[in-house]
Amino acid sequence: MSNEQKGDREKNRVIRVRQRAIGRELRRMYDNVVKEPVPDDFLNLLQKIDDHEETTADEPEER
Amino acid sequence: MTVTQPGPAKPPRTKNDPDGEFKAGLLELIPFLRAFARSLCGNPDIADDLAQETLVKAWQSRSTFAPGTNLKAWLFTILRNQFYSDRRRAWRQAPWDQDAAERIPGASEEQAWAAELSDTARALSSLSDEQREALILVGAGGFSYEAAAQICNCAVGTVKSRVARARKTLISILEGSEPLAAAGNDTTDPTVDIMAQLDRLAPGAATASKGKLKKSASE
Repeated sequence: MSNEQKGDREKNRVIRVRQRAIGRELRRMYDNVVKEPVPDDFLNLLQKIDDHEETTADEPEER
Repeated sequence: MTVTQPGPAKPPRTKNDPDGEFKAGLLELIPFLRAFARSLCGNPDIADDLAQETLVKAWQSRSTFAPGTNLKAWLFTILRNQFYSDRRRAWRQAPWDQDAAERIPGASEEQAWAAELSDTARALSSLSDEQREALILVGAGGFSYEAAAQICNCAVGTVKSRVARARKTLISILEGSEPLAAAGNDTTDPTVDIMAQLDRLAPGAATASKGKLKKSASE
C-alpha cells in the first residue's frame, strides 16, 4: 500500500471517529434536556387550559 | 425555579375522554418538546416559551390530530412552525450570552448549560436553521428520515442531504478550531488536549478569558 493510500485510510478513520463523537455529543445534549424535571410552569399551563375549558363550557349561552 | 417531577396533572381519565387522553399525551411529550426547542433556540428561556406556546397551539388544534398517528411528530411540526413564524433565531442573535447568564441569580440550570456547552454545541450555531433541525431530529431525536421530512415539510432526500451537509460542516468547524475535545482518543499529547478543554469549558477559566471564549464562539 502506498503512503498516499495509508494517508487516505487514516483520514477516513479520523472522520468516522469525529462523526461518532459529534453524534454522541448531540444525543447527550438532547437527552440531558429530556431528563430535566418538567418546570411547574408547564404543568400549570396544562391545568389552566383545562380550567379555562370548563369555565367556558359552564357559561350560559348569550342570546 | 421550582420544579416537579414529571407526572399527571390530574388523575388519568377513561378512554371515553379523548381530550383527557390528548392531554396525557401532551404531558408525556413535554420533555421532548423542551429538548427540541432548546436545540432550535439555544437559549433555555426562549426555548421554554416556545415549548409552552406549542402546547397551547396543540390544544387549540387538537381536533385536527388523528388519534393513533404520531403525536410526537405532530407536536414537533407545530413547534417548528412556531419557531419560524416567531423568528426566534436566538442561536444566531446571541450564540451564548455568558454575561447575562452570570447576572441571573440562581440561574443554576443555565450556568450548568453554559459550563457544559461543548464545542459541538457552539458549532451548531454556525449551521443554517434547516441543517440544524434536520441533524437534531435524525441525529439526536431518533426520528427516521421520513418522519423528519414530514416535520420539516420537505422531501426525504432533502433531509438526507441536509443531515450530511450539517455533519460535514460541524466537522470542518471543529477541525478548524483546535484539537477536537470530543475526539480526545486521537490526540497524541493528552496534556495539551486537557488544557485546551479546561481553557474552553471550565467556568473559572471561561470567566478569566471571557474575551477569548467569545471570540472563539463567534468564529
